[in-house]
This record gives sequence, C-alpha cells and structure tokens, in this order.
Amino acid sequence: MSYDYSKYLRKGKIPHIWCPGCGYGIIMKSMIRAIDSIGWEKDDVVMTSGIGCASRLPGYVDFNTLHTTHGRSLAFATGVKVANPKLNVIAMGGDGDMTAIGGNHFIHACRRNINITCFVFNNFIYGMTGGQYSPTTPKGSRATTSPYGNSDNQFDIAQLAIGAGATFVARTTTYHAVPMEKLMKQALEHKGFSIVEIIAGCPTGYGRKNKLASPAGMIEWQKEHSVAIAQWEKMTDEEKAGKFPIGVLHDVEKPEYVEAYDANVGLS
Amino acid sequence: MAKQVKFLQGNEAVCEGALYAGCRFYAGYPITPSTEVAEILAARLPKLGGRFIQMEDELAAMAATLGGSIAGKKSLTATSGPGMSLKMENLGYGYLTEIPCVIVNVMRGGPSTGLPTGPGQSDVMQARWGTHGDHPCIALTPSTVQEQLNETVRAFNLAEKYRMPVILLTDEIIGHMREAVEMPEPGDLAVVDRKRPTCDPKDYLPYKPEADGVAPMADFGSGYRYHITGLNHLPDGFPSNDGKLAQADEIRQQKKVDDNYDEIVVVDEMMCDDAEILIFAFGSTARSAKEAVQMARAEGIKVGLFRPLTIWPFPDKHLLKYKGKVKRVIVPEMNLGQTALEVERVLKGSPEVEGIFQIDSEPINPITILNKIKGGK
Ligand SMILES: Cc1ncc(C[n+]2csc(CCOP(=O)(O)OP(=O)(O)O)c2C)c(N)n1
Ligand code: SF4
Repeated sequence: MSYDYSKYLRKGKIPHIWCPGCGYGIIMKSMIRAIDSIGWEKDDVVMTSGIGCASRLPGYVDFNTLHTTHGRSLAFATGVKVANPKLNVIAMGGDGDMTAIGGNHFIHACRRNINITCFVFNNFIYGMTGGQYSPTTPKGSRATTSPYGNSDNQFDIAQLAIGAGATFVARTTTYHAVPMEKLMKQALEHKGFSIVEIIAGCPTGYGRKNKLASPAGMIEWQKEHSVAIAQWEKMTDEEKAGKFPIGVLHDVEKPEYVEAYDANVGLS
Repeated sequence: MAKQVKFLQGNEAVCEGALYAGCRFYAGYPITPSTEVAEILAARLPKLGGRFIQMEDELAAMAATLGGSIAGKKSLTATSGPGMSLKMENLGYGYLTEIPCVIVNVMRGGPSTGLPTGPGQSDVMQARWGTHGDHPCIALTPSTVQEQLNETVRAFNLAEKYRMPVILLTDEIIGHMREAVEMPEPGDLAVVDRKRPTCDPKDYLPYKPEADGVAPMADFGSGYRYHITGLNHLPDGFPSNDGKLAQADEIRQQKKVDDNYDEIVVVDEMMCDDAEILIFAFGSTARSAKEAVQMARAEGIKVGLFRPLTIWPFPDKHLLKYKGKVKRVIVPEMNLGQTALEVERVLKGSPEVEGIFQIDSEPINPITILNKIKGGK
C-alpha cells in the first residue's frame, strides 16, 4: 500500500529544486512518515533550516517553517523553543551548514540538551554552491576547491554530537529509508537534544567529481559501506576500515534544558 | 498620587522599559558596557513568566531573539560594537522577514575591540547601513536615564507597529550613569502589540500588507502555518526570483518608515526659535551641548540645541526648518563626523557644518562646545 504524502506537502510548491538522483527526497519522505507516525498536529511543529539544498526542505512541507541564514538553523530553533517549549521543533541543514559555519551553534545545542531534533543531511560536499569541500569531505576526494584532492581531516558528525553532549545520536543512509523513518521517530520522541545524521548522495556536486556519478551507484555505496551498530561493535579495526556504523549510536537520559531552567528559576 | 521615583543606572532603565513594554524573552552574549542589561533581565524575566538565555555568540543571540519573537514573545537583545558587528547578519534577516524585536547597542570606543570601557558614538552609520542590502531602519538615541526607559518602550512599540527590528543606539555614558527616574504606572505610557491575523488560516498571507503597509504577523503555533525565508518572497511568504517584485517589496518596506516620519521621528528643539547658531547633538553628547547652550545663552548668545531622539530615519524635515535661517550649525559627536555628513546633506551648505569630532574615549566637554560657539568659524 502506498503512503499518501499529500497531507503534509504544500500544494503548488512541488516540483522541488533538487537534482534528479539527489538523496534529499528520500529524507523528506521518511521525515514526513516519522512525524505522521507520532501523530503531531501540524500546527505544533516548527521546522527550521539554514542555507543550502538540504535547507530548502521546510519550504515544501506544511508546518510552521523557518528558512534562516547559513548555519543558524539551531540558533533560531533555540529561540523558538525557549520562548515556547510546547512547540515540537525540528532543525535541519547540510553538513556544511551544521558543522562548518554553524558548527558553534551545533555543539552548543548538543551541550544544552535542549529538546530539539536535528537532522543533518551529510552528502560530503557543499551542494548548493556547486561542490566545494566541506568538513565531512573525505580526505583525498575531489571538490571544486580541492582539485588536487582534499587535504583536510573530516568531522565524524555523530561522534562530534556525542562528545558535545547530545543525548540521542543516530546515523543512517538514504539506502535505509525504512529504518531511517524509525530512527527519526525515536529521535523526535526523545526528550533532550537528538540528532540523526543521514548520509545522502549528491550526484551533482560530489558524485561527478569522484566518479560516482550514478545516483544508484551512490546508494549502492551507502549499502556496502554502512554496518549496523550491533555488528560494528564485534568487528576488528581492520574490518572497520573504510566503513561506518549506522543505527542508534548513543541514547542516554539527562535533564532537558528548558525544564531544568524552569525548575531552577522557579518557573515550573 | 506622586509618581514613584527610583535612582537607576541607564542600563537598568532599559530593562525597566523593556519589561514595561511587555518583553518576555531575552537572548544575548555578554559585552561591556551592555552586560548589566543581560544580568538584570536574567534575574527579572523568570519572575514575570519570561525566559532568558545566554547564547554562544552574538550571531546566535540575534537569531534566538528573532526566534523568540516568531514564537510570539516580545524579544530583546543588548550588545556593544563588536557584538553589533556579529548581529548584522541576522539583523538583516529580521528586516527582510519583518520580525519585530529590539536591539540595544551601548556604544563604546573604537573599531574592533577598541576602547572597551570608554564611550563612543561611532556606530551611527553601522546602525543604518551595517547589514548588507537596502532596508528600512529605525534607531533611537536617548540622552538621559529617564529616556533610556521611555525610549525603550517606544522602541518596542515601533518594532511591533511596523513589524521590524528597532535599534536603541545609546552609549557607555548614559548606560552606566545613574539618575532619578519617574517610574511609569501601567497605562501612563502607550504599549503597542503587533497586529495578529484574525482571518481564516487558509486565507492568511503573511506578507500581504494592509492599508498601513504592514501585514499581520501570526505566532508560530497559533494555527496559521506559514513559511518565513530570508530569500526575497511573495505575499504568501514563499521565495521568488522576480527582481521587479523584490524591488517593489523592498520599497514598500522602506515606505513603512518613510511614510510615518511624523510618528517615528522625535526631536527635542531647545531654544531654537530665535537661534542664530544651532547645535546638533544626540545621546550623551547632547548633555554637554545642553550645558554649553545654557552657558552661551547666559552670555546673550543666541544658540539653540537640536537634539534628535530618533536618529534613523534622519530628522530631515525638522532640520530643514533651519536651512538658510541659522548662521552657523555645529555638530559635536564622539566619532569622526558621521551625523555631520547627514546634517550637511540636509542643509546643503546653508550654512556650512562645523564639527567637533572626538574619538579619544572622553566625553566632549561643554567648554569645548562653548569655545566653538564663541570662537566663531
Ligand atoms: C554567510 C554565507 N556564506 C556563504 C553562503 C553560500 N552558501 C550557500 S549554501 C552553502 C553550502 C551548502 O552546503 P551544505 O550546508 O553542506 O548543504 P547542501 O547544499 O549540500 O545541502 C554556501 C557556502 C551563504 N549563503 N551565506
Ligand atoms: S546539488 Fe547535490 S545536494 Fe543539491 S540538489 Fe543537487 S544533488 Fe542534491
């Protein structure tokens, strides 16, 4: 039975701007199904984003949507959430948006453990501006600004979030559309700062430069290089080389920011 | 009944004004000489059901302030030069997306880290043009601690009414001085709340202006789901690449301010009627100028003080009355001539503008102004 997305899509705003073969459509659909499965009222959901291809998503969905400035998605989201904690706030952006220009906001949102869910669309590249290297571009990869191969070291977004204090951290890929929906639901229902890093293909900005141009090939790559966390933990370092774990990587309970603030200042 | 009088610090008076106006959210990052605003509101806001948050930097503080306003709370942030520079990115977002909020800039000396504890007035042009692109601007310049309170209330009212960020451009001297302040009772000062939509949510267009040029603004979560973007957008809030429409919309935003000059621009004109010499001064410098004018008057010199409480939009209409009428115009300011340029633009040489420009982190002494008055051109 096919799922009907129309309840959540804004009429007249589709077709979207994403290239054919872009992984972001898969993410949008999983996100819609996850929100639907929780049953939140559309009026109570706020989506914020920064700037980039990923950040265009909120324009297509029928919630309270805030397309902000590059990297500032979480800073705006924090203001919305603290001013009205009843709202379900979801912040999103690309790997560049969240971990380069928005890196400071990212680690501080993790540290506060504010009840916001953050979706990072990691396509290893700056898609919107045409394929410059980002903090997650693999070493040696080609980007328009690394014509000789990338010299930079990479961020591991999930590990960065765990280190900074996020209380729910998961990773998935666009190959895993169904598990993605479940992980998103878990993240959305988690109290505290939750993040899901989603590995996605950018055939236009990353694939072309790195001989992975076929969108299907990029999804194939995700399937071959991702390992479920339970299995990952049993693997030797040699077996892990070049692969990455997916699933729930971190799930702990800690006081939520606004609740803790309210209790502390006598507001609750 | 006699009004309650309190002995307040200038930054404290800003907080009193903000709370009076109904501010219930503050997001900031500490910086001298504005920090007291954050410290006081951190203590006071929760007592009134509001919240305070110290963000990781001023980019975030400005973003969160706008976020708080979108969620329906009157929101404030305070800073000084270095922080104001960082706020510029999201201040521009606030202009284009028409989100009300108040930004206090307690001006200090110098560019960059400059003279952190000394006063300055060098951010006048930054207030007007600091963020990129064309946009409207309202900035208020109080001179007394009482005005710190009253003008903060007015700043919130203008922000709410015209649906835009408003800057309170004050300085270290007024921010840190203490004076007696008459505390307004509820009802003494007008308090304006933004227009919110009453239409069926299906028909809501977040950027379709009503006759006054301003569109009603819905709080996120109030049943009016809509889209806000920093891209140029159509009345429905969704982006458009149509340059002609973008131009028309930006002109409409500028006109919100231009067409309401009479309501927005307040100028205190002291002893100007028969003046042959006009002193144009704002903020703490206007205090010295007032004293200089009084001393000169005691000596029979016909001099008046033109003191704008609204520096942006620039008080063109008020100032034009003196074009060709006064013999001299003197502009003392703690910068190298930023408002003097504007005064020149308005008066077009009749008469020539004489400046007293000082950036040594010292207030301009009344005697310096008096000497200029008496010294002739
Ligand atoms: C302050 C600022 N600097 C630079 C840009 C230009 N810019 C727009 S999107 C982008 C990068 C987007 O990459 P990413 O965040 O990874 O998202 P993607 O487009 O890949 O989804 C850049 C650098 C901008 N809009 N604002
Ligand atoms: S440039 Fe890349 S990220 Fe952007 S829409 Fe195209 S494929 Fe997707």
